[in-house]
Amino acid sequence: MSRKTKGNLFVGAMLVCLGISFGTLAWLLGTTLVEGLPAISKQLFTDPPSTVPEEAGARPAILATIYLAVLLLLMAVPIGVLTAIYLEEYARKERWYNRVLELNIQNLAAVPAIVYGILGLAFVVRGPVGVGRVLLAGAIILTLVVLPTVIIPSREAIRAVPDSIRQRGFALGATKWQVVSRQVLPASIPGIATGSILALSRAVGETAPLLLIGALQYVAFDPTVLGPFTALPVQIYTWVKLPDPAFQTLAAAAIIVLLAIVLTMNAFAIFLRNRYRQTW
Amino acid sequence: MTQKMDEQTPPRDASLPETHARTTANAPSIDSSRIAEVSVATAKDELEMREKVFHVEDLAVAYSGNVALRNVTLDVFENTVTAFIGPSGCGKSTFIRCFNRMNDLIVGADVSGTVQYHGMDLYARGVDAVEVRRRIGMVFQKPNPFPKSIYDNVAFGPRALGLKDSLDDRVESCLRRAALWDEVRNRLKDSALGLSGGQQQRLCIARALATEPDVLLMDEPASALDPIATAAIEDLMHDLKREYTIIVVTHNMQQAARVADMTAFFSVEVHDDGHGRNGILVEYDATTRIFTQPADKRTEDYVTGRFG
Repeated sequence: MSRKTKGNLFVGAMLVCLGISFGTLAWLLGTTLVEGLPAISKQLFTDPPSTVPEEAGARPAILATIYLAVLLLLMAVPIGVLTAIYLEEYARKERWYNRVLELNIQNLAAVPAIVYGILGLAFVVRGPVGVGRVLLAGAIILTLVVLPTVIIPSREAIRAVPDSIRQRGFALGATKWQVVSRQVLPASIPGIATGSILALSRAVGETAPLLLIGALQYVAFDPTVLGPFTALPVQIYTWVKLPDPAFQTLAAAAIIVLLAIVLTMNAFAIFLRNRYRQTW
Repeated sequence: MTQKMDEQTPPRDASLPETHARTTANAPSIDSSRIAEVSVATAKDELEMREKVFHVEDLAVAYSGNVALRNVTLDVFENTVTAFIGPSGCGKSTFIRCFNRMNDLIVGADVSGTVQYHGMDLYARGVDAVEVRRRIGMVFQKPNPFPKSIYDNVAFGPRALGLKDSLDDRVESCLRRAALWDEVRNRLKDSALGLSGGQQQRLCIARALATEPDVLLMDEPASALDPIATAAIEDLMHDLKREYTIIVVTHNMQQAARVADMTAFFSVEVHDDGHGRNGILVEYDATTRIFTQPADKRTEDYVTGRFG
């Protein structure tokens, strides 16, 4: 076999791999769009679910997912970013507890979401926190699920800020916090934003932990932070299980809405990254 | 290595200890016409009448147990330019970072000995390194403006310190003192990164002046600049020493000869037992004397270009 043939074979193999992953995605998106697009109507956004497919909407689920995303943003991002700052800027690496902390965070990233669901059921819904089966409980558990995925990219972003940037701040009589907040953080915003929003996107699509802590499958009223709730992935799961094919169509429409929410968040991440990208 | 040199040529002034700074030695009167470039240097006797801004005694710096610099004793006088010269690895950059406690930021760095600033021990318990760095400004080798506007660069220090009154005036006066005002007065809101390298370095000097220091530390401030920009920085140092005390680390001996009143020559000490190498202060004297009549053979070899 000539060298040239080998090269062509390799390119061919890469194209096949690309085709498999891209083709699957395109097929999934395509069938969903074909099935769901006609079912997207005003009613989907304004009406609660119903046993009659013609009257069913997903308003409570859509609202709850947006609430969840906002609560996650308020909880997971500050906690995650502050943890990352502590580990990168303040923690003394030779202390054993900091090493334990680091190891733990890396391990937590690999824990399946359902395990967090069990933890949440025991500690947040019942147990010591005991807030009950409410939206806030869901947000707390999803926060735990995505914290490692916020912390790890944030640490990478902070570590990528060159030391000369810190030194020029210190040399001007800035305190550690002033250097971190005015020099290091702005310089690492693109990385932090990307990591955080990808983590949020992941959380918004999570179903298992929410089912486990008792997200309802039928909610006919608008959600509140401290009330019972459902979420878009749970609503989709519920509809898909129903025998009437009209509900399958509704599920496809809800998937499109969920996709739109996630894609909007990702687009925002890309916007932030480009907006604040800087070179040094 | 140093032993060998001494055997070949006896030191000029055998009565002086080999590795000690000679701030207290009685220097003979200096014939400054021997090097035209050093005519700006003030006679050493007069310099020593001035107030001591820094008094360093038996200073040693180690990184994770490895000694980088040891046994340094010298005084820095007010309104002078003091240059640290020497070959790579001689500890001169390490040394300059002791004056504003920048070594604190390096994990494992350990400073021992005394550094007094106007009689106050900089490394005493309870001394706030942040306050030290406000009083003792620093300019780095590579111009490193913040990716902000020219105005915001100069205003950074005052804002960090909470000095927000008449910020505009402060920015203007610092830019004037750094000889940059006329070039940037119409584009204060433009990004500092659009300035040339030499302008950026003068901006960094203006930025350092904005926290009202009385000392400026300059770690090879012109080594990343072209000759014209270098000349501008050197002129600036001449002007600034009327108001400030300047310490400059430089690789460039001509630069030391041109700008410095006092010069300290550092060298590398290699240990025969294989325990590595560290920097030492070889000689500290008026610049004219260092360049025309050095007391130490190693200094002479270095300034005449025989090594380093």
